[in-house]
Amino acid sequence: MIQVEGLSKRFGDFTAVNAISFSVKKGEIFGFLGANGAGKTTAMRMLTGLSRPSDGNATVAGYDVYTQTEAIKRRIGYMSQKFSLYEDLTVRENIALFGGVYGMKRRRIKEKMDELLGQLQLMDKRNHLVGSLPLGWKQKLAFSVSLFHEPEIVFLDEPTGGVDPITRRQFWEMIYEAAHRGITVFVTTHYMDEAEYCDKVSIMVAGKIAAMDSPQQLKQQFEVDSMDDVFVNLARG
Amino acid sequence: MKPVEIQHISKSYSQLRALSDISLAIEPGELFGLIGPDGAGKTSLFRILTTLLIPDGGEAKVMGLDVVKDYKMIRRKIGYMPGRFSLYQDLTVEENLQFFATIFGTTVRENYDLIEGIYAQIEPFKKRRAGQLSGGMKQKLALSCALIHKPEVLFLDEPTTGVDAVSRKEFWEMLQRLKEKGISILVSTPYMDEASLCDRIALIQAGTILSVDSPNGIVEQFDKPLYAIRTTDTYQLILDLREWQLTHSIFPFGEYAHLITTHQVPVEEIKTYLIQKGHEQVVIRQQKASIEDCFMDLMPAVA
Repeated sequence: MIQVEGLSKRFGDFTAVNAISFSVKKGEIFGFLGANGAGKTTAMRMLTGLSRPSDGNATVAGYDVYTQTEAIKRRIGYMSQKFSLYEDLTVRENIALFGGVYGMKRRRIKEKMDELLGQLQLMDKRNHLVGSLPLGWKQKLAFSVSLFHEPEIVFLDEPTGGVDPITRRQFWEMIYEAAHRGITVFVTTHYMDEAEYCDKVSIMVAGKIAAMDSPQQLKQQFEVDSMDDVFVNLARG
Repeated sequence: MKPVEIQHISKSYSQLRALSDISLAIEPGELFGLIGPDGAGKTSLFRILTTLLIPDGGEAKVMGLDVVKDYKMIRRKIGYMPGRFSLYQDLTVEENLQFFATIFGTTVRENYDLIEGIYAQIEPFKKRRAGQLSGGMKQKLALSCALIHKPEVLFLDEPTTGVDAVSRKEFWEMLQRLKEKGISILVSTPYMDEASLCDRIALIQAGTILSVDSPNGIVEQFDKPLYAIRTTDTYQLILDLREWQLTHSIFPFGEYAHLITTHQVPVEEIKTYLIQKGHEQVVIRQQKASIEDCFMDLMPAVA
């Protein structure tokens, strides 16, 4: 689903991403970890077709990140903590907007919308402004909207920041459920326990991938009990 | 005299009840944590205590001074680090520090010993503009500026939010050293694992306090049987246990899932149920609740 070889990004003298290589299989939950400033966001921007690499190769859903960025954008879903939905549009308007932007036909949008509202128990809130929803509900709705057009891959950028611990876990159950349906999930997070939900995890340090394996293997490799300790070991050097 | 005393504080923003009847007191020299997710009311409470917001009801005192009537005096005695980076992005590190020292009527040199351990790490960058610092460095600068006038009480509103796990640990180590110097510290965080680093904590959710105690005290109060369970398929494990009639709650917790049962159940019985459902490599152990387990159990029912 995602193939990356020697991918780099330089800004003048500064190398933000330094020849990273990895692959992500269909239906895998891939955790992309690293300290702030390690290069995660820059790497994600290259994979989502928003930034042109300086070097290396990558394909996302089979499309080339240099020459087929528009095709990539159509095939992926995206959700971040910083921006997800329009607060001053209603729940229904947001769903219709994003469906339309991704080229869904009006009839399909209508069919799927009722299904989505039912699943999230938001039917009676469909005409409420998204801004009036509690944060946890917003996050769950934003995730569902990112999957609305049935993308093969979804990119989640710190999707559970600040949310209460129960909602955080409900959110991860939604991720599990999506992965079970064959959707590939690429997620970044600062919660190290969430790293444990992933099939495979990579940790970026200063633009390079310092470690990459399943959480269980990484813990064994570093002889520690938790991903938190793996991270501290690596990032502190 | 208690550094902070809060009595029946309430605050609403039009329809939204941000704080409901909050009462709390901090002891001198305490490192006190306000633990709760976004929207719990932490920032509203901090703004009231730092005299930036007037409560609708109740009273609060900082260093014995009333937050409404004596706001000017309080502002001189406290250090405050708000949730978002609030320093001057286009002034250098050095200029920011000098600015805050000056407006508090002191000099950088006078209380330098207090911030030395923190500032030393960003001193090599002192001529860099604050806006160009990394997240971890901004935090250290903001903390230095909040301490430069040697406040008696320090208010830190989510100082570690959005920061990576290593910087978070380092920050809490700095707080421990400050506490040793006798400063009372009230810090808020959504990270439950940071709760155990405080002397006492208040768990707050949707404007109400769920519990106040030492971290150990909160855990000791938890009286339900809790099991950590691991199988090869975490998602299926959760679905299967959710259907089980002996389950009170089941949640993922990393590699393990945490099961709370309606009453004490032998581990073998849980194992039998899971094997019958087709699970492999089943590992079960009964264990003590963490702060996060307690918080989730105390939370009012979520949708």
